[in-house]
Amino acid sequence: MSTHAVDIHAHDDGHGHHQKETFITKYIFSQDHKMIAKQYLITGTLMGIIGVMMSLMFRIQIAWPEEPNILFEALLGKWAPGGVMDADMYLALVTIHGTIMVFFVLTAGLSGTFSNLLIPYQIGARDMASGFINMLSYWIFFVSCIIMMGSLFLEAGPAAAGWTIYPPLSALPMAQPGSGWGMTLWLISMALFIAQSLLGSLNYIVTVINMRTKGMSMTRLPLTVWAFFVTAIIGVVSFPVLLSAALLLIMDRSFGTSFFLSDIFIQGEVLHYQGGSPVLFEHLFWFLGHPEVYIVILPAMGLVSEILATNSRKPIFGYRAMVASILAIAFLSTIVWGHHMFVSGMNPFLGSVFTFTTLLIAIPSAVKAFNWITTIWKGNIQMNPAMLFAIGFVSTFITGGLTGIIVGDSALDINVHDTYFVIAHFHLVMGISAIYGMFAGIYHWYPKMFGRMMNKNLGYIHFWITAISAYGVFFPMHFIGMAGLPRRYYTNSAFPLFDDLTDVNIVITVFALIGGAIQLVYLYNFFVSIFYGKKATQNPWRSTTLEWTTPVEHIHGNWPGEIPHVYRWSYDYSKPGHDDDFVPQNVPLKEGEEEMQH
Amino acid sequence: MTALFIIIIVLFAAVAIWQMVKIFDLAQVSTDTSNNGIATDYDNKINGYLMLAFLAFIYIITIISFVYWGDLPLMSNAASEHGSEVDNLMMISMIVIFTVQIITQFLLHYFAFKYRGEKGKKALYFADHNTLEAVWTIIPVIVLAGLIIYGLFTWNSIMNIDEDADPMVVELYAQQFGWTARYAGQDNVLGLANVRLIDIDRANVLGIDEADPNAEDDIIVKELHLPVGKPVLFEIRSQDVLHSAYMPHFRAQMNCVPGMITKFGFTPTITTKEMRETPEMIDKVQNINNIRADKSKELMAKGEEELDPYEFHFLLLCNKICGKSHYNMQMNIIVETQEEYDAWIAEQKTFKESLK
Repeated sequence: MSTHAVDIHAHDDGHGHHQKETFITKYIFSQDHKMIAKQYLITGTLMGIIGVMMSLMFRIQIAWPEEPNILFEALLGKWAPGGVMDADMYLALVTIHGTIMVFFVLTAGLSGTFSNLLIPYQIGARDMASGFINMLSYWIFFVSCIIMMGSLFLEAGPAAAGWTIYPPLSALPMAQPGSGWGMTLWLISMALFIAQSLLGSLNYIVTVINMRTKGMSMTRLPLTVWAFFVTAIIGVVSFPVLLSAALLLIMDRSFGTSFFLSDIFIQGEVLHYQGGSPVLFEHLFWFLGHPEVYIVILPAMGLVSEILATNSRKPIFGYRAMVASILAIAFLSTIVWGHHMFVSGMNPFLGSVFTFTTLLIAIPSAVKAFNWITTIWKGNIQMNPAMLFAIGFVSTFITGGLTGIIVGDSALDINVHDTYFVIAHFHLVMGISAIYGMFAGIYHWYPKMFGRMMNKNLGYIHFWITAISAYGVFFPMHFIGMAGLPRRYYTNSAFPLFDDLTDVNIVITVFALIGGAIQLVYLYNFFVSIFYGKKATQNPWRSTTLEWTTPVEHIHGNWPGEIPHVYRWSYDYSKPGHDDDFVPQNVPLKEGEEEMQH
Repeated sequence: MTALFIIIIVLFAAVAIWQMVKIFDLAQVSTDTSNNGIATDYDNKINGYLMLAFLAFIYIITIISFVYWGDLPLMSNAASEHGSEVDNLMMISMIVIFTVQIITQFLLHYFAFKYRGEKGKKALYFADHNTLEAVWTIIPVIVLAGLIIYGLFTWNSIMNIDEDADPMVVELYAQQFGWTARYAGQDNVLGLANVRLIDIDRANVLGIDEADPNAEDDIIVKELHLPVGKPVLFEIRSQDVLHSAYMPHFRAQMNCVPGMITKFGFTPTITTKEMRETPEMIDKVQNINNIRADKSKELMAKGEEELDPYEFHFLLLCNKICGKSHYNMQMNIIVETQEEYDAWIAEQKTFKESLK
């Protein structure tokens, strides 16, 4: 360990300060982890705006089906003749909304931003292991965004087979218009996305293993870094499987192979495919798809752990258990994918196995939730906007996580599978929670990223209205799911059985519109504060981790002098025997002081 | 129009919030620490109370949801034998969930309120407690073990179809965007079939093998009739893309996968007629018809046709995204007495008779 730190140090002194920077190397093709983090954040934010707008559009369609709307006419053009949304466009919106939010916002936008920003800062490194690969991964991500957005402007429309793109629907252009070029671009965009994710993950893993500063043992790492590290490992294990599924699907679509297709009769003709199985695709997809939700939620958990401890002025409760539960969740996440497939036609015995492994995940999750609650117990809670979002995270994570006990139980899943109950479940537990984690992280590390503070009053309003609308949208959704309403229906008016759900759907949409509108306050706060926010001090939240020992102005190599050495874990808040209620990691132990045995 | 109206309201709400923020800002201009973006004692206090208010909001929205939308069709009135087992398991899981939800949300928000920060206060340095952590590891283990065992027993009893009970074999056949059903006929064996054998001109729409003697007495219909109290085994096919045969009243669902036959079996326990006469169903249908009558008035005012009144039917829905008309892929299921069923099936043409 110590030899590494010395090596890197010597090497870094060589390239640290002298490079002449132009506008292009500083802001565009930057190899600096701080700039790349900002690039990820801003690209992710823009994608998020598009993803949320789409959800508002299809929510309006569900609440007031087939009513003309000038908004649709303006935004969808030929896909909304007379302002009435087309049914194919509805499916396309649902599909692209899911893709954008899961991959582009909550994977790249969340993990890409904070892994890049915090890993070098918090472990005491001057930059990522490979700045060049880091830059490459952002720009591949950028191209992948452009391709995904480009697919929206195709003649036949973008991919519309659901974000899970199950074949044969996604494989056959005659099954729906979006499965032509729209799906081709979707697959190319995702292949690039996976490439950038792998490059990024490898970089994170190597950096965490090799580049920790002197004294930064694995057990002194902040939980954020633990979370990013384990997330990167899950990504490396599971993303290649999705890549293989995408490649095989491309083969089926364009080169006539039959990996996923067999015995198909469509539009009056028999296709030549024989011997493949769509269930195989489902296995490959969910082998990534399920770990993916942990790729989304683990970084948020890491950020929240850090923010709860800092703002409670208390050590995180049960550090070892928190690390162990991250590892347990990571391991279990790779053996539960079949719970998405209880009614796919696979052997019922497999259903039993996956029910068992799935419900096991509730144990480490429960440990985490209880440890968070104990962390704020008897704290001295500073209600900064980041803290509110962190508390909100715990709240929605519990509400959403609990219904996992129902959807993960094969016998119950038979009935709620693919209904709105599932939508409510995963939006709360990984959608809203992860977004809260991301907001918490942005409010907390904004001073580090931009050297200025965000307006806290706008932050408070942003949080409270968002929190109310999030529950307003997704809580009632459980009930329409239990009433048997399937998801991805363009309108529910084809079934009089569901007429009594019209009111609930309107309530949900109104909350969604309020929740969407309030994000404008956040965007205003975010973008205006970059230029006009109050100048930040070096350590505004009085935090212990190393990033707050760097100067406010960003410099190449992070620390002007030597990299600080680390003498203690990152959670020495309110430690008895110290005057301040926090002791930074680079402060040596006092004489006779014992390090917390964690 | 309503949509536009709501959008305007939302915009006004945004403006109102804007003004509120301005007021917040102006009110705090005098104190020097207020605008540096870091929470003050005042902020801690306000947000601490808001935490309590939010806890109340969570409880209220829970109660409202149960009162207004809690008429949970999936938790009562199962129309199949295994359905009541599923409903029991659902009920137990729900009780566990709501107990945990109420307690943990209380602790979280109450602590956030109770321990809101004040200047000069110092937090407790409390980093570890093995007994506590063991307690909240072991309690979930025990509760989940119970749920897993109960769940797996239920799952196995549903999915392991008892062939000795001599179930009636029925094929469900899915295509974009409709359902067809095929009864196995007198011999209770379905004739072999493959989409390659589809011959539209000869009205062989399901691709049944005309050379297979088992196929001769098969009966193809567009409406599913089931005799009450008799086990039925569905063999499910799809001709084009994935679909999912979802029969919510029977707590039944299975995907339809091109290239393979999937299976699901259940025993209906109540006829359509009896179901229509249960008090819950009478209320529900009445309610739906009131809603439809209101909507009809609106439609008539616009010069459009009014809606038909609703009459209850068990339904087969498609529950896997399958393309443009996914939202309207349905078939009625009629559960009736054995005599009514026998009379109905006798009127239907066999496959051999229906061939052109």
